[in-house]
Amino acid sequence: MNQYESMFILTPVLSDEQLREAVDRYRTLLKDNGCEVINDESWGLRKLAYPIQKKSTGFYQLFEFKADPAFIDQLELTYRRDERIIRFGTFRQDKHAIAYSEKRRTKLSGKS
Amino acid sequence: MSTNIDVNQKEGNQSEIRYLTPPPIEVSNSKYCRFKKLGIKYIDYKDPDFLLRLVNEQGKLLPRRITGTSVKYQRKVAQAVKRSRHMALMPYVADLLK
Repeated sequence: MNQYESMFILTPVLSDEQLREAVDRYRTLLKDNGCEVINDESWGLRKLAYPIQKKSTGFYQLFEFKADPAFIDQLELTYRRDERIIRFGTFRQDKHAIAYSEKRRTKLSGKS
Repeated sequence: MSTNIDVNQKEGNQSEIRYLTPPPIEVSNSKYCRFKKLGIKYIDYKDPDFLLRLVNEQGKLLPRRITGTSVKYQRKVAQAVKRSRHMALMPYVADLLK
């Protein structure tokens, strides 16, 4: 069970309800496959550094979770198939990254 | 290091030493790896403000000879910048005003 952080960008043309439904779809996907979701952050609508698919803003969503490596291919497959997602990235976290994200989480939760 | 000195006697005994080769002035502001010094272990691709400091005006990575970072951390910086570019947090090419 390695720890991963997966981030994806949803197209801004979606309505709020569709956005929530899209994000919930991945939350349930993670839970059904026995992943332990550690962090679940959404940065909301954000300006992109360069236009993707002619759109200059996107809805950012970040998941940090523990999963077995086999599940990651399946996750990325569903990312590719979902046309609401315009960009995604899944990265493995080494021990320094895990320590850093913990510190970041406490700082964020402390502040907000 | 031999600096040959050309001593010539000019007007009276005031000997004016003129160096043929200018004496080398060592500028020794020795560069240091900022990550080792600050004890940063992981460079996060998610905060572009920090990464923008490691990138020049066109959005290209600053070389090690300018920033002075060690090889290990330069690779981490490169990976983090490429990831944040992929996630559209940083531009690939830009005329961003620093």
